Amino acid sequence: MMSKLIFGRYIPGDSLIHRMDPRAKLLLSFYFIGIIFIANNWQTYALLFAFTLAAITLSGVKWSFFINGVKPLIWLILFTVILQILFSASGGKVYWHWGIITISQLGLVNGVYIFCRFVLIIFMSTLLTLTTPPLELSDAIEYILMPLKAVHFPVYEVALMLSIALRFVPTLMDETEKIMNAQRARGVDFGEGNLFQQMRAIVPLLIPLFVSSFNRAEDLATAMEARGYQGGEGRSKFRILKWHARDAWVTLGFAVLTAALVFLRA
Amino acid sequence: MSPIIDVQHLNYRYPQQPETALTLRDVSFSVAAGEWVAIVGHNGSGKSTLAKNLNGLLAPVSGTVTVDGQVLSEETVWEIRKKIGMVFQNPDNQFVGATVADDVAFGLENQGVPRDEMLARVEQALKQVNMQEFATREPARLSGGQKQRVALAGMIAARPRILILDEATSMLDPRGRAEVLATIRQMKADGQLTVLSITHDIDEAASANRIIVVNDGEVKEEGTPAEIFRHGENLIKMGLDMPYAERLKAALKRQGVQVPATYLTEKGMADWLWQLRSNK
Repeated sequence: MMSKLIFGRYIPGDSLIHRMDPRAKLLLSFYFIGIIFIANNWQTYALLFAFTLAAITLSGVKWSFFINGVKPLIWLILFTVILQILFSASGGKVYWHWGIITISQLGLVNGVYIFCRFVLIIFMSTLLTLTTPPLELSDAIEYILMPLKAVHFPVYEVALMLSIALRFVPTLMDETEKIMNAQRARGVDFGEGNLFQQMRAIVPLLIPLFVSSFNRAEDLATAMEARGYQGGEGRSKFRILKWHARDAWVTLGFAVLTAALVFLRA
Repeated sequence: MSPIIDVQHLNYRYPQQPETALTLRDVSFSVAAGEWVAIVGHNGSGKSTLAKNLNGLLAPVSGTVTVDGQVLSEETVWEIRKKIGMVFQNPDNQFVGATVADDVAFGLENQGVPRDEMLARVEQALKQVNMQEFATREPARLSGGQKQRVALAGMIAARPRILILDEATSMLDPRGRAEVLATIRQMKADGQLTVLSITHDIDEAASANRIIVVNDGEVKEEGTPAEIFRHGENLIKMGLDMPYAERLKAALKRQGVQVPATYLTEKGMADWLWQLRSNK
């Protein structure tokens, strides 16, 4: 089940991108998605692609992972692109016209741009998750949310929930598998029959899973309390994030990219 | 020397139960510092409830619990929890951290231990349970015995004076169980640690200095393993397995062999059998 999902997986490595501070990676990924929208001509898109490809090469992660990352979304992308091509307002040379459907030069160009945007966004976010362990991501989120403490947002609690949730994902996956097999052994057919039958077959999986999650939560809370957990305040931290010179250099790289984009923009 | 744990006339009832049904009835016992006490009894006899009463996870209806000179109350509960380390039954459900090192550090983080000291203590604790090369592993990639060893490492790092094992080995295979017990013996040898183990496991009970038998929420018997194991076949009624030597004795008795009534260790049994043969 897990093996098919590329998005959200982590590929261990020791590249510059792997060693970067997760806060820098997370913020810069968001920033990159933002500046994609500055691009509006061939030169700018080419520049963004060159930048992304350089980042991917630097990470040393195999190309196939990125292609696989795009695959599950390819229908959504094509659907959007086709809508854009068929229904965009006429501009430039009109190639074909029938009713409200117009294929124009502008429409085609816009379609290609949208395709590029999708691919860039998916590549960059895949790069983020492939090179950052989930745990570091949750640390980064905790740090980034810290300013919200001023408005009494429970940052520690959210961070703890996030890290416990991440820690229990594989455990619950295993348990799901176990319950499924146990129910199969007792004659439940998963994924068979019509929609209604399929939904009914999920019940003997879902209810034990919920009940066991409650029991787990109770046990975990007891164990945490027995180990002296009194809430987020007054705790020291085992894991800390360090901002290195390389993070500053990468940030500078993004600044240069932004400047170049603005300069090349039509 | 005053006892490190002293329980006097403890009564406990779960909130959802009727007034008359007490889970623990007039439980009194004490444990000396450095002692290893095993608490045995049937499922549902109140052993785990008793353990949770000792560090304030559950609050008694009446009676007092004194730990290391402090009476357990709402003010002292966090002080007392620092002194008591608890390891529970299910290795998966008590693993808080996302990796081994994080889990070991969790208790120290709660106490606000400075980071430099924390790093040193975590490393040392992992070395002590022989898990140092697993420090960055996630719990999903560890075996049950390894997870319990990590739980023990968390206790070693937090340095409690008392260790309560709430059926900590009951979900492990014989090898994992032996590993965990060996680690606890090592911990105990290294410092002044008091161990309170709640168990069905005969080896765990046999390594104790004293066994307390709990039945139906009451303390039924107290004695050294030799005194308790003398009960032979009645041990099963108490919720314990019979030791191998006792099972052998019972089998011999059925064959009409006169066996001594006193408890013998496996070695004692072997010696006695040799004597029996050579006297013939």
